[in-house]
Amino acid sequence: MTEPDILFGVYCPPHPQPLLSPEASEGYGKLRDAYDTCRKRIEDSDADLILVYSTTWPSIIGHQIQAHPEPEWVHVDDDFHYLGSMPYKFRMDVEFAQSFRDAAESRGLQSRTVAYDGFPIDTGSVVALKLLNPENRIPACIVSSNMYANRAETIVLGKSARDAIQQQGKKAVVVVVSSLSNRMFTEHIDPAEDRIHSAKDDEWNRKILEFFGDGRLEDLSQLSREIHGQIRVQKVVAYKPAWWMSATMGQHNNYTGEVLAYEALHGSGGAVVMLTPSSETVGDKEFDEDDVEHYHGDRGVLDKGAL
Amino acid sequence: MAKGEIVLGCLAPHPPHVVYAENPEQNEAFSEGGWETLRWGYNRLARKLKTIDYDAMVIFTPHWQTYIGTHFLGLPEFKSKSVDPVFPNIFRFNYDISVDVELAEKMCAVAGETGIITKMMRNPDFRIDYGTITSCHMLNPEWDKPLVTISSNRNAHYYSPEVMNEQAGALGKACAKAIEDSGKKVVLISSHSLSHRHFVTESPLPEDMSREHIYNHSQYVWDMKLVDMMRGGKMREVIDIMPEYTEQTIAETEAGGLTWMMSAMGYPDYPAEIYGYQSVIGTGNLIAAWDPMEATREIVL
Ligand SMILES: [Fe+2]
Repeated sequence: MTEPDILFGVYCPPHPQPLLSPEASEGYGKLRDAYDTCRKRIEDSDADLILVYSTTWPSIIGHQIQAHPEPEWVHVDDDFHYLGSMPYKFRMDVEFAQSFRDAAESRGLQSRTVAYDGFPIDTGSVVALKLLNPENRIPACIVSSNMYANRAETIVLGKSARDAIQQQGKKAVVVVVSSLSNRMFTEHIDPAEDRIHSAKDDEWNRKILEFFGDGRLEDLSQLSREIHGQIRVQKVVAYKPAWWMSATMGQHNNYTGEVLAYEALHGSGGAVVMLTPSSETVGDKEFDEDDVEHYHGDRGVLDKGAL
Repeated sequence: MAKGEIVLGCLAPHPPHVVYAENPEQNEAFSEGGWETLRWGYNRLARKLKTIDYDAMVIFTPHWQTYIGTHFLGLPEFKSKSVDPVFPNIFRFNYDISVDVELAEKMCAVAGETGIITKMMRNPDFRIDYGTITSCHMLNPEWDKPLVTISSNRNAHYYSPEVMNEQAGALGKACAKAIEDSGKKVVLISSHSLSHRHFVTESPLPEDMSREHIYNHSQYVWDMKLVDMMRGGKMREVIDIMPEYTEQTIAETEAGGLTWMMSAMGYPDYPAEIYGYQSVIGTGNLIAAWDPMEATREIVL
């Protein structure tokens, strides 16, 4: 079977400032510029699917997949309502959503599509889709992040996405909506004076971005638990985006990474990163925990890494 | 002007299942019933509320989550549809609510004066959360009283349940003072479940009661301990063990609702009225009320 056609991945923050108030600070403006760069790259590609995993869409009953063909609403953020409303109308790939659900179920996950008028699409998904795909030129799909899911479940969810991309023969852009460090200031601030909440958060964010810049996605996936303990507010059981992104795009470090922006969003770490599968860096990066399907005996770490 | 007062405090859980099971005309989904122990308890408490003279309901909800301070609804009317992001199959509710903006502003101002970070929410497109709608609908299906929704600041996530207890307690005190200054008679609503571990699967018919039970026995034992303390009028003690209880049962008390309400009511040392306890998709849900008037206080269950 051929590999699924994943053109590139985008990791971007969920907060609405780059959409609603990019002029309020230099940092927000830079994040907006980075979104615009990604948008142009998507426009210039021959992608026919944008698949979004959003950390601001929590689910409880398994994994929910948006399947309304044209969800439409005026969204308002719980915290940043004073920045304005976010009217949206998106175009969803219903057939892909159904295929993704079937793939998830056949890998043992509880999953369902949701297609209801007025369903509350989350801030992160709205921001990402409005900025990355403003004309709805490319149909999209959004998948939730289950509150209770941990590593195995999240990785299997990513593999299901991969199955569906392959089965549907899509050329996909994979979008993960998540902060790096996610601790915001608990007071209202002057956006011009926004900064990362603490030096520790900033250091960790920069370390993560070094990995992203080197294309070491699987390494980040392996570091997820550490990242969760160090710089994530304990809202959910684990930091899952890198698990899902790696399982979906391919669990290796063979990517070209581009960090397009890294700025504070009310204290949290907001980064826009692009990861493109590469064939040029085979074997020069190692990772310590392979994803094993069949045991083939011991191996040298430098033997692995090719697509 | 006479001093305002809190005429009743209600612990009012908001699984949307109970609204779904009632089949009100506002909800698009149709059910064959379910969760009667909770619904009948709610019906009885709603009847009691009909006998009480009050001006507004003030509700603290875990499903308007704010990280930057505490927010208050600040426009007189909201009319739209609320779709539950987790259970959209059962809850798509068309609402038309009125808000006591004057009272909201007063609470916001007094809380702000005591050092609490606050914000009025004045975006007309803002959608009312399903916690507010479920609790208010079950307590007052006629929707004939204005309400104030207070967001839940997630300081249990950001710091610890101990910090949550401190901050929610301070907010409760500030709200009580604002109510007193307002001259209004107010019903407080703390909208949440007790133990809060959900099943991650749902039966094909959500209201199939042969499938409904508490997630595990430990949750049940903790919930019953709280109920016993409430019956015994030990609300100070309940709030004192709140951090431990919240951590042990991943309780929805983490949002601060019960602490807020008990603080506003001065930590009642009289028995709570118990209206019903039942699990919904594995979570533990109690309906209870605190009636400051001894003459009307009842032993319900
Ligand atoms: Fe809830």
